[in-house]
Amino acid sequence: MMRDRSRREQQEPAGARGAQLRRQGAGAWLNNYFLRHAQTLFYAIGELSRRPFSTLMTVAVIGIALAMPAGLHVLLKNVQSVLSGWDGAAQVSLFLHQQTREPAAQALAGKLRARPEVAAVDYISAEQAMEEFRRLSGFGDALSALEENPLPPVLVVHPVLSRQDPASLAALVEELRQESTVELAQLDLQWVKRLYGLMEIGRRGVWVLAGLLALGVLLVVGNTIRLAIQNRRDEIVITKLIGGTDAFIRRPFLYTGIWYGLLGGLIAFVLVQSSLGVLAGPVSDLAGLYNSSFRLAGMDLPTTGALLGGGLLLGLLGSWLAVGRHLRAIEPT
Amino acid sequence: MIHFTNVSKRYPGGFEALRDVSFHLGAGEMAFLTGHSGAGKSTLLKLIALIERSSGGQVVVNSQNLNKLGRRRIPFHRRNIGVIFQDHRLLFDRTVFDNVALPLIIAGYSHQEIGRRVRAALDKVGLLGKEKLYPITLSGGEQQRVGIARAVVNKPPLLLADEPTGNLDPELSREIMGIFEEFNRVGVSVLIASHDHALIRSLQHRVLMLDHGALAGDGFLRPRS
Repeated sequence: MMRDRSRREQQEPAGARGAQLRRQGAGAWLNNYFLRHAQTLFYAIGELSRRPFSTLMTVAVIGIALAMPAGLHVLLKNVQSVLSGWDGAAQVSLFLHQQTREPAAQALAGKLRARPEVAAVDYISAEQAMEEFRRLSGFGDALSALEENPLPPVLVVHPVLSRQDPASLAALVEELRQESTVELAQLDLQWVKRLYGLMEIGRRGVWVLAGLLALGVLLVVGNTIRLAIQNRRDEIVITKLIGGTDAFIRRPFLYTGIWYGLLGGLIAFVLVQSSLGVLAGPVSDLAGLYNSSFRLAGMDLPTTGALLGGGLLLGLLGSWLAVGRHLRAIEPT
Repeated sequence: MIHFTNVSKRYPGGFEALRDVSFHLGAGEMAFLTGHSGAGKSTLLKLIALIERSSGGQVVVNSQNLNKLGRRRIPFHRRNIGVIFQDHRLLFDRTVFDNVALPLIIAGYSHQEIGRRVRAALDKVGLLGKEKLYPITLSGGEQQRVGIARAVVNKPPLLLADEPTGNLDPELSREIMGIFEEFNRVGVSVLIASHDHALIRSLQHRVLMLDHGALAGDGFLRPRS
């Protein structure tokens, strides 16, 4: 009954492969490991390209979901860069009493220039103010009818950059008010503060939106991978029957998720960049009207990296969740 | 190679598929497992491949007590067993070559080694020219041979076959059995579940007979004269 035992030698004894691998050393093993991962990576993209339409649909949904927060983020950054131009332009306007003569005004200007927190002081005489107002307001003729100039002389005080925080500015304004020739000291910063408040809301809004849409991407990838697992149920069963480990079976699905996320990120990048391209013309026209050379900035490298990396991670996480839930349920019977 | 000691299997719902089964299949031995349908042949094979776990008794395969084998080690246990199914269980969207290569890919063999071994296995089952074809274009007998090639490609010491000739005509069945005998001749242990009594009688190997889940006979069937 146990005949031909001697021929057993022709069969490779169990564990021979392990010994062979040990002889090859850790380097070869590592090489083999990366090779297998690389193969799975390209196998996964091959599988996706075999169903271009459904792949494109899934990737487009992910791309749009990623493009919305990314686009808003880029727009906010642009608004911020516009504001930073005005940020250093905090100035205090000192409206002097109507009857203040130029020497007195110049004397005050000189006194103010000597203060360490003041960078510069501009003197605008009542006549200069009138001239400017005539030119810019469009009431030229009507103003000529006035018998006397109703405008006061003005000193425009530019604080040094390091003293432009709200508290220092408020203190400076308080001191300037004490000057006898000053009728009114006006710090026109309120609107900047309000704008910053709005920006902060916008930034939080982008985060909330990004969170919600990231959840959406997770669900899209998870559901797509779940369907893929169901479609390949037979293959999974057979692979398990002939000794495929969970890691082996999981791997192609995880790489598929990674590809979905990465391609979605690329689509989002293209969407954001082309939307900015559409907006760039009108924006620079508008900036020209404000005498600004402002140009809409596109996605910078960190933002692009975050977009692609975020897409990749979301794809991996989504497929991981699906695989963890559904793969274990498929067992051979 | 296979030790069953008082093994029983009860499915949820109370159906008792195996009752107190004990036998021993030596290394390099070939045996048939027979009995009416529902006698427990498939269940017995499933216990060996750990597709099911026994409810009582002890199953030892390849000196490994399966009762103590954790879930994570099941794949490595299965790599030492070649299983052949009645319905072949091939992947129809892959070529013959890719089907046969699957166990080697799973085990992480190198590219050259896979090509060499797959061709050797296909040669043994007489399908060497058909590696680029898809299984759907093959006849039932050829599909079964692809299944056999896949089962033996990584040279497992034990082959299990569940009704491997169930859908084949007598001549093809005899050919398939001939392939199993060849593997047995080079030392592979073979256990074949079959209810084809005429075929089993003609081959003169050990026969384990199951009846309603219990082992009813263990020996050799006399050829009909």
